[in-house]
Amino acid sequence: MAEVKLLGVSLSPFSRRVEWALKIKGVEYEFVEQDLQNKSSLLLESNPIHKKIPVLIHNGKPICESMIIVEYIDETFEGPSILPKDPYDRAIARFWAKFFDEKCLPVLGKTWFGQGEESEKAKEEASELIKILDNELKDKKFFVGDKIGFADMAANLVTYWLGIIEEASGNVLVTSEKFPNFCAWKDNYSNCSQVKEHLPPRDAILAHFKARFQAAADATAPK
Amino acid sequence: MAEVKVYGIFAGPFNRRVELALKLKGVEYEYIEEDRSNKSAELVKYNPIYKQVPVLVHNGKPICESLIILEYIDETWQAIAPLLPKDPYQRAMAHFLARLIDEKFVMAKYKVCYGKGEEKEKGRGETCEVLKYLDNELQDKIFFGGDNIGFVDIVASYVALWFGAIQEAIGVELLTKQKFPKLSKWIDEFLSCRIIMENLPPRETLVPLYKAQFEAATQKASS
Repeated sequence: MAEVKLLGVSLSPFSRRVEWALKIKGVEYEFVEQDLQNKSSLLLESNPIHKKIPVLIHNGKPICESMIIVEYIDETFEGPSILPKDPYDRAIARFWAKFFDEKCLPVLGKTWFGQGEESEKAKEEASELIKILDNELKDKKFFVGDKIGFADMAANLVTYWLGIIEEASGNVLVTSEKFPNFCAWKDNYSNCSQVKEHLPPRDAILAHFKARFQAAADATAPK
Repeated sequence: MAEVKVYGIFAGPFNRRVELALKLKGVEYEYIEEDRSNKSAELVKYNPIYKQVPVLVHNGKPICESLIILEYIDETWQAIAPLLPKDPYQRAMAHFLARLIDEKFVMAKYKVCYGKGEEKEKGRGETCEVLKYLDNELQDKIFFGGDNIGFVDIVASYVALWFGAIQEAIGVELLTKQKFPKLSKWIDEFLSCRIIMENLPPRETLVPLYKAQFEAATQKASS
C-alpha cells in the first residue's frame, strides 16, 4: 500500500493545491481519481462528514480539507517551506487563503452559475473582491514574501482556471486594465516552474465547463 | 500604548475565544468594547475588509479572524499552555474540528433557528451530525485537548455556552445527555473550570439577547 495516497479529481483546483504541496516537498504519492457522481467507499469512509475531495491518506490516516492538508504536508515533510516562519506572516497568509475560500469562491460561483439578478449582483460583488486583492498585491510579487506560498496556492483557481471558465461562459470579469496588480500576480504565479509543469490540460477543463454551462442553460431554457 | 489589544463585544463568542487564549497564556491585554451599530474608527482601520470583531492588535499590527488569531497567539507565546498539539496529524484534526464547528455547525444552527419546513429539519439533522462527531472525538478524554483545555475546547465554547443559550431562547433541545453523553460531560467539566467561569459571559445574560434577536427576526419575516 502506498504510504501517501491522494483521493482527488485531476481537473479540480482543490486537488491540485495538495498535489503542488506534495511535489514541492518531493513526496511520492499515489493519485486515486474519484468519480464524484459515484463516490467510492474509500472516499466515504475517509471523509464521512463532508464526502468531498481532496483527501490525503498518510500511513492509513485520512486528512481532509485542502488547505488543512497543505499545512499538514508543510509540517510533516522536509523541503522548501510553504508557510512562512514568522507568526505574523503566517497569520497574513492564512487570512488571504481564508478570504479567498470563504468570500471569493462562493461569489465567483454565483457569477458563473447564478441566474439573472443573482448573477448580476454577484458580478458587482466579485469585482469589489478582486479589487481588494488587486490593492493587496500592489508592489508585491506574491501574497507573502518573494516566493509562492500558502495564500497564492489557495487562490490558484483564479489563475489558470479562471481564464478557461470565462472563455467557456463567455463572461469576462478580470482584465489587466481593471486589475493590473492582480493580473501581474496571476502571471508571476502561472510562470513559476513548480506550477507550470503541474497543471491539468486546458482542453479538458474547457470541455468540462462548457458542458456544465450547457447543462445549466438547458435546465433553465423554456420548454 | 498597550502591547496587546483585543477588540470585541460583550456577548461575542469569537472574541471571547481570543480572550480565553490570552488568559490561559497569562498575556496581559487591553480590551476595547465595540458597538456594532457604531463601529470605532480603529476597528475599521484594523479590519477594513470585514469591519468586525475580534481583532487582535500586537505591537501595532492587526490580526483578524478568530481561528487565525488563536494560532497566532499559540505561535507567539509558545512557552505557556500550548493550545495546539505538537503532532501534525493531531493538529490537522484540531483544525478540522474547529472548522466543522465554525462552518457546518453554525450554518446548521442558523437553519434550525430561522429555516422553514424542510430546511429547518435539515438543520436539525446537520446539527446533530456535528454533535455526534464531536461526541465521538472526545473518546475518554476530559477535554478535546487531552488533560488540559486546548484549541478545540476554546472553539467549542460556542457549543458549550452559546448554543446552550440559543436552545433555551428558541425552545429547542437537540443537545441532550442521552444522545451525546460524552459531549454533555465535557460541557459540565469545561463550564465549571475557574478560568472559563471567570472569562465567559454568564448564560443568563445571553438567553434574553438571543430571545430578542429571534423574536425580531420572526416578526420581520411575518410582516
